[in-house]
Amino acid sequence: MEMPTPNSAVLARKDRIVARLAEVLPQDALVSDIEETRAYECDALTAYRCPPLCAVLPRSTGEVSAILKICHEEGVPVVPRGSGTSLAGGALPTADCVILGVARLNAVLETDYPNRFIRVQTGRTNLSVTGAVEADDFFYAPDPSSQLACAIAGNIAMNSGGAHCLKYGVTTNNLLGVTMVLMDGTVVEVGGAHLDAPGLDLLGVICGSEGQLGVVTEATLRILRKPEGARPVLMGFDRSEVAGACVSDIIKAGVLPVAIEFMDRPCIRATEDFAGAGYPDCEALLIVEVEGSPAEIDAQLGLIKQIALRHDPVELRESQSEEQSRKIWLGRKSAFGAMGQINDYMCLDGTIPVSALPEVLRRIGEMSRDYGLDVANVFHAGDGNMHPLILFDANTPGELEKCEAFGADILRLCVEVGGCLTGEHGVGIEKRDLMEVQFAPEDLEAQMRVKDVFDPQWLLNPAKVFPLRVSAGRRAA
Amino acid sequence: MRPTSEAELAEMVRGAAGPLRVRGGGTRTIGRPVTGEVLETAGLSGISLYEPGALTLVAGAGTPLAEIEATLAGEGQRLPFEVPDLRGLLGRSGESTVGGVVAANASGPRRIQAGACRDSLIGVRFVDGAGIVVKNGGRVMKNVTGYDLVKLMAGSHGTLGVLSEVSFKVLPVPEAAASLVVAVAGPREAVAAMAAAMGTPYEVSGAAWVPGEGVILRLEGFAASVAARAGKLAALMGRHAEVGIEEAPGAVAARWSAIRDVTALAGRAGDVWRISVKPSDAPDVVDGLGAEAVAMDWAGGLIWALVAPGTDLRPRLKVPGHATLVRAEADTRVAVVPFHPEAPALATISQGIRTRFDPRGILNPGIMG
Repeated sequence: MEMPTPNSAVLARKDRIVARLAEVLPQDALVSDIEETRAYECDALTAYRCPPLCAVLPRSTGEVSAILKICHEEGVPVVPRGSGTSLAGGALPTADCVILGVARLNAVLETDYPNRFIRVQTGRTNLSVTGAVEADDFFYAPDPSSQLACAIAGNIAMNSGGAHCLKYGVTTNNLLGVTMVLMDGTVVEVGGAHLDAPGLDLLGVICGSEGQLGVVTEATLRILRKPEGARPVLMGFDRSEVAGACVSDIIKAGVLPVAIEFMDRPCIRATEDFAGAGYPDCEALLIVEVEGSPAEIDAQLGLIKQIALRHDPVELRESQSEEQSRKIWLGRKSAFGAMGQINDYMCLDGTIPVSALPEVLRRIGEMSRDYGLDVANVFHAGDGNMHPLILFDANTPGELEKCEAFGADILRLCVEVGGCLTGEHGVGIEKRDLMEVQFAPEDLEAQMRVKDVFDPQWLLNPAKVFPLRVSAGRRAA
Repeated sequence: MRPTSEAELAEMVRGAAGPLRVRGGGTRTIGRPVTGEVLETAGLSGISLYEPGALTLVAGAGTPLAEIEATLAGEGQRLPFEVPDLRGLLGRSGESTVGGVVAANASGPRRIQAGACRDSLIGVRFVDGAGIVVKNGGRVMKNVTGYDLVKLMAGSHGTLGVLSEVSFKVLPVPEAAASLVVAVAGPREAVAAMAAAMGTPYEVSGAAWVPGEGVILRLEGFAASVAARAGKLAALMGRHAEVGIEEAPGAVAARWSAIRDVTALAGRAGDVWRISVKPSDAPDVVDGLGAEAVAMDWAGGLIWALVAPGTDLRPRLKVPGHATLVRAEADTRVAVVPFHPEAPALATISQGIRTRFDPRGILNPGIMG
């Protein structure tokens, strides 16, 4: 992965920059020792690593502002970091950057049930937001797989989704407001506990901007009352096309499940070996979950089972207890872990129109044979967000490159059939150089103009999202 | 000007010698009066893609809203955000276009459950102020590829570009709906009742206060489920107030279209304001407005106020939020900024974005203040 040449003038001024940061931060909030900075050299895209110039761990919006003001004056790039769980390299440092980690900003600032929101500092983890309100029967809906570890800051940067967004939407649909620090240190409030923007919807473009427009330190999030209950049904099919048709029929029938998850045979087998969830050995498996009171769940699952039976399933298993529900979800939730046991893997994140599913699965299968690399498919079927997992061996020379080439071909295919490169993980560095597959130069230019306004010197999270060649003039300016 | 293709639209914008007034169906007169040649999008009409099984629809920006709603209804689906028809309130005729709906981010009572127009909008194509065609988003509902200009375009009132095509996530029309009518004494009791209802697991899809009628709550879904939830919610609400349940489809639909279209304030003289606040602030706001008439939607988060012509309501809004003047004579829309002024740092950012998307300042110049 090509990264820009570090700014030698910044590298040469490391001592001065660190000294200035030390003036505005407590000692324990600044990491400049070369060995200690290695803790920040990569995120969950571990194939790429680069220790930063230094790392800062502020505890307040005021400290973030002071840090950014100094970096702005010194012309130092800043890479914001939540929990470092990005699969796209969204928090990969450059050698001349300051890593700004928000992990210590983890307080709950306000919980308001009558108005149904919570205001938190953004270093707080996704799951602990729900944790702060679940005793009162509320929850925060977006639930990325990494929710135990990932921070709200990263969720906002990447506009993270999750398994339940068919019903509840993704981060942007559940974000009401932010406190954000601009690169020059200015603190702005965007949105709040009220709905919609008075002027342009800046919150809408901030969410999903991959930390390139500002550092979000506080967020107002929509919380919802927990449903009375939820129950999944598992169904197995002998062809993935049939599973796809079943998904489409369920949606057309007017049922809106909270989740429709799909796994193919390689994924089913791997997770069975790993987790022993008791899945049937079949070509395609769906997990469909609905919510409501017990009677409502019965009614919805009754309809869903009727539809499924028309597609001649090889297995149709409705959960009868909490324990069975847990088992049905167990395999799906351990899919990534199971793959990790077998091999190194690369997780893709393209979205396709649901109608293109059979064609895309067939062509991924063909490419898998051509490249000689196995693929397991697991994805959110209701919204077409695929997660093909390409298995490879990082210790075999050339295999990572082959895997990346295969992954790029799959993402090109997603765009070709009317979809996109990334549904919920973000572009980061991973998909940066494929952006021109999906976007014309004018489309990218329009996006970059927004960055020009928020961060005229292009210091925030540089070398991400936009192909280096496309952003070169701006980064050098 | 009335382009019939995106290419022609781009050519017209590129060749424009002066300001343009971008117009969908001409059903709104929001914002500061704009002078300039009218650019109508009605020629960019037609649904280009509709996949009911994928819950997605793509249409030209000039497509009549009625055509989209009828096509969706044919498959038992709908736009989730319940587009208001404000022609009666605003005293306008004409036919709403879907691009106009997006440009205004127009959202009705279901906004509190299903989100605003911007939340269902998944893709746009537009021509910027330099006459360049730009696309963002697409036709899939989960997409984080690049910056989200889709949301930025929603509610930008034609100031960043002229929409040529819009894509939506749509939803099934539920089998049944019911309204609960809760008797309340005033705005304070109304907001408390709505907050209590929204805090239940019964999936309330509308919560409005119509003075003289009471708090109206809506439940939607499969018939048995609606009946069960209506019973439970009525029992809860009934602890402090008298509650009635309406289930006749025609009556439920009529009640909610009246709330959606703010018919309570239509046909009455005066200016109309639309105020967005934290719901629990709404009672104090209403008390302090000195309005001739008010109505509340979004569980109190949205206040409609009818006031004497020429009144600037903003000094009376003493809590965070924003107030938009939606109906007034042109001279008032010059004297009183119709869109709520942004904080200085945000105003600078918004102006910067407008300047970069419309360097010549020709698209609805000044409409948003």
